[in-house]
Amino acid sequence: MSRVPYVRTIPKVRWFLRHPRYIRYMTREATCLFIGAYTLLMVWGLRELANGPAAWQAFLECLRSPASIVFHVLALAFASYHSITWFNLTPKALPLQAGESFVPDGVISGAHYAGWALLSLAILFLAGAF
Amino acid sequence: MAISNKPIVWGPFAAGGTVTAFLTPVLILLTLLAALGHAPDLLAYDRLLALASHWLAKIAIAGIVFLSLWSTAHRLRITCYDLGVRADALVATIVYAGALAGTAASVVYLSRI
Repeated sequence: MSRVPYVRTIPKVRWFLRHPRYIRYMTREATCLFIGAYTLLMVWGLRELANGPAAWQAFLECLRSPASIVFHVLALAFASYHSITWFNLTPKALPLQAGESFVPDGVISGAHYAGWALLSLAILFLAGAF
Repeated sequence: MAISNKPIVWGPFAAGGTVTAFLTPVLILLTLLAALGHAPDLLAYDRLLALASHWLAKIAIAGIVFLSLWSTAHRLRITCYDLGVRADALVATIVYAGALAGTAASVVYLSRI
């Protein structure tokens, strides 16, 4: 008598489509693709900046292609999703005790959101975006 | 005593996650404006060159590039494992080496500015 060995039948790649929570998790992990790609775009921009005014102007022209606009919109959405998930986790990562009780979660993540908004506005202002 | 390299890998990941959470969306917004034909003043050649010529800015830019690429690499590694790729040592070597190569490239370009 030989026993049939138990084989798990979990699909290797599509397991995360089984539950909305898994989809949100994989969406969060996928944000790294856009953040990484955007960082490489920055590195490419540094190279063109070092190559002189003509190269930099050509780089700015490249940014204006439709594919670049689509990439930027997607990257902005995914990068913002990363920020939101990251700041929502801050009360777990940085619990603050004040006296006997802990500072409420909303205060800790709220402070991060406020800092994010202020920093973003300051950078946009200093960069002359408005 | 067990020696673990987890803190070395995880520290830059956590730092990178924080840096990208605060900075990446607004940086994307700046180049998105340029993509839409409303490039902010900072992206004019002379202004950006003046900024990137300062040694403090160079260190900051290289640091942002390193932390962003490293946290990307770490998440990619974990995601590969989640998707059933069990060759973790190979994946880890590839993604971390890629992050270091990208950082090295940015350092080279910054040194030429």
